Amino acid sequence: MAEVPKKLTIPPEEHMCAGHLACQGCGAALAMRYALKALGPNTVFTVPACCWSVIDGPFPYTTLGVPLFHIAFEAVAASACGLAAGLEIMGKKGVNVVAWAGDGGTADIGIQALSGAAERNDNILYICYDNEAYMNTGVQRSSSTPWGAWTTTTPARHFKKRPKKDLVDIMVAHHIPYVATAAMAFPEDLVAKVAKAKDIEGMKYLQIFASCPPGWRMAPEYSVKSVRLAVNTRVWPLLEVEHGVYNINRKPRKRTPVAEYLKLQGRFAHLTEEQFEEIQGMVDRNWERLLFLEKSTHEMAGVPLKGDKAAASKGKETEAAAG
Amino acid sequence: MKQVVTGNHTVAHAARVGRAQVVSAYPITPQTQVVEKISEFVADGIMDAKFIKVESEHSAMVACIGASAAGVRTFTATSAQGLALMHEVLHWAANARLPVVLANINRAMGPPWTIWTDQIDSLSERDTGWMQFYAESNQDIFDGILISFKVAEQVLLPAMVILEAFFLSHTAEPVDFPEQEEVDRFLPPRVATHTVDPEHPAAFGGLTGPDHYYELKYMEHNAMLEAEEVIKRVTQEYGDLTGRYYKMADPYRCEDAETVLLVSGGVASTAKDAVDEARAAGKKLGSLKIWAFRPFPREDVRELLLGRKRVAVVDRNISFGQEGIFCTEVKASLYGRDGAPPVLGFVAGLGGRDIKVRDLLAIAEAAEKDDCPEFNWYGVKP
Repeated sequence: MAEVPKKLTIPPEEHMCAGHLACQGCGAALAMRYALKALGPNTVFTVPACCWSVIDGPFPYTTLGVPLFHIAFEAVAASACGLAAGLEIMGKKGVNVVAWAGDGGTADIGIQALSGAAERNDNILYICYDNEAYMNTGVQRSSSTPWGAWTTTTPARHFKKRPKKDLVDIMVAHHIPYVATAAMAFPEDLVAKVAKAKDIEGMKYLQIFASCPPGWRMAPEYSVKSVRLAVNTRVWPLLEVEHGVYNINRKPRKRTPVAEYLKLQGRFAHLTEEQFEEIQGMVDRNWERLLFLEKSTHEMAGVPLKGDKAAASKGKETEAAAG
Repeated sequence: MKQVVTGNHTVAHAARVGRAQVVSAYPITPQTQVVEKISEFVADGIMDAKFIKVESEHSAMVACIGASAAGVRTFTATSAQGLALMHEVLHWAANARLPVVLANINRAMGPPWTIWTDQIDSLSERDTGWMQFYAESNQDIFDGILISFKVAEQVLLPAMVILEAFFLSHTAEPVDFPEQEEVDRFLPPRVATHTVDPEHPAAFGGLTGPDHYYELKYMEHNAMLEAEEVIKRVTQEYGDLTGRYYKMADPYRCEDAETVLLVSGGVASTAKDAVDEARAAGKKLGSLKIWAFRPFPREDVRELLLGRKRVAVVDRNISFGQEGIFCTEVKASLYGRDGAPPVLGFVAGLGGRDIKVRDLLAIAEAAEKDDCPEFNWYGVKP
């Protein structure tokens, strides 16, 4: 579990320059900036078609202080595997090879290559910055778009009626060493997770919730606030799954109604109070499910859950039995 | 040292002896024995390479692209549907100027499902910026792959060595394998420039506007033209080493030939027998094998064909609604030249239907008739 830091733990070094082409308030730009701080300069990125294939800047410019290898939409995981193999053979030691893709390039068109890389447990870090639609092409629905959202292909009068695809569960099912979520509004947590993931051998998957003010139809100043609300309303739980054991990294004491998150964004403006309640129900059920998974996977692994006395004693029993 | 091996195992041996450092491939009939053999080589430690066993041909090509961008020598093999699935990233490899080498086992495209040979799969990739070499024998496969690595790494374009399903892939023939030291002298380790390297950060393949894109294509075209000179130099060097001199356009008994059969792949071998038979009967028949399809040996074709009475092009492929693809290429090379002979197209052998000596003799005979149509489907059943 990423420790909640007592003081600022974010490295001051910048590996992303000013002059990038992101929109005002772009969550994906902030996500990259923080991820790079954790990764440092011994890193290469490979990026499929997504906002970041534009944000980095046109030829001959680049905003990153590390190499960025562009690749076709469905291909970023395989590209990272090839780069990792090549760099190792070239004698480049300890390079972090990062596949950096949007939610469409991950959950939709890129899922086959992602699944292949995960099943092989190739030594790469896959980071999906999730803004819940095809934002680069003008806000079309992806399988990561949540229930109820407007997009240009799910107009308000016919909004998306299917829930967001759960990539975390899919990646957990691949039995890889590290699966986690982060949010660009919680940079300490994000930086700690990237720093942890980069030192794990094998396939690491991190999904960073990243706002898109134009696509979410909200003012740029709500970029951080909206993502903070997503975590605090439990819409986007911060969690880690290591070797199948779930840890929810942030458990908001106060239950903030989901409506506060939804009302900030124009993409949910067409929804009724009843529909807000419907979404609240989905969020609550998912939270309960995660609490159950956290508890049960700790029990099965014989690992005590922080703040859970029953699990702690069960853990001791298991240890004693094993001894 | 001579060994009797199948075409597929020859491919695997060439990747091993050529010291491919990253291999990434996905199984498809009739290529499977290539991936099986390379898996064995790597597992047994007699091939010092990483084999990335991907979940699709698309990822196979992309993994090769990634590894090649990091600076290593890469190799893959596929066939038909697999090559078609790679199509998007075949462009990517060429446009990124990465010297990936691929063996394609020619198999006809479905539906209906078929596993037998024709050239439509590889010829559909004509305009991706890949060099293409059509092998006549298993020896051609082996030599072609080693030559391809060397040429590709010099001109920074990827290269495809193409062999026919079953006729070559599953047929065992004696192949002369040079000693490893000899191969190493001919093909030293790749020296890559502009690699993806954290010590030299750069963006590769980022958004490029009309101000720059056009010139990049001009450079790519020039690289393909330059490849012709490089191929001639490298094949000379390879010939000096092995005694086997490859020609982009390779004539057989053409000196005084009135009719020339233009062929490619294993059919070129059958054509030699047909030519011998016709010669024995007093006919002035010759054959011309196109080994390099891209770059296309236009000058050589002109030199060899201008002034002939006729050329009969045997195409194991078809551009629907047009004609065979080699036929179009030959016509384009000869168009408007003094002494350009009539070029008569014959489609034959699609989907693996055998092309025998007697078929080639029948084609030559049909071409010699005054009223021979410009384009013909040979041997269509009523």
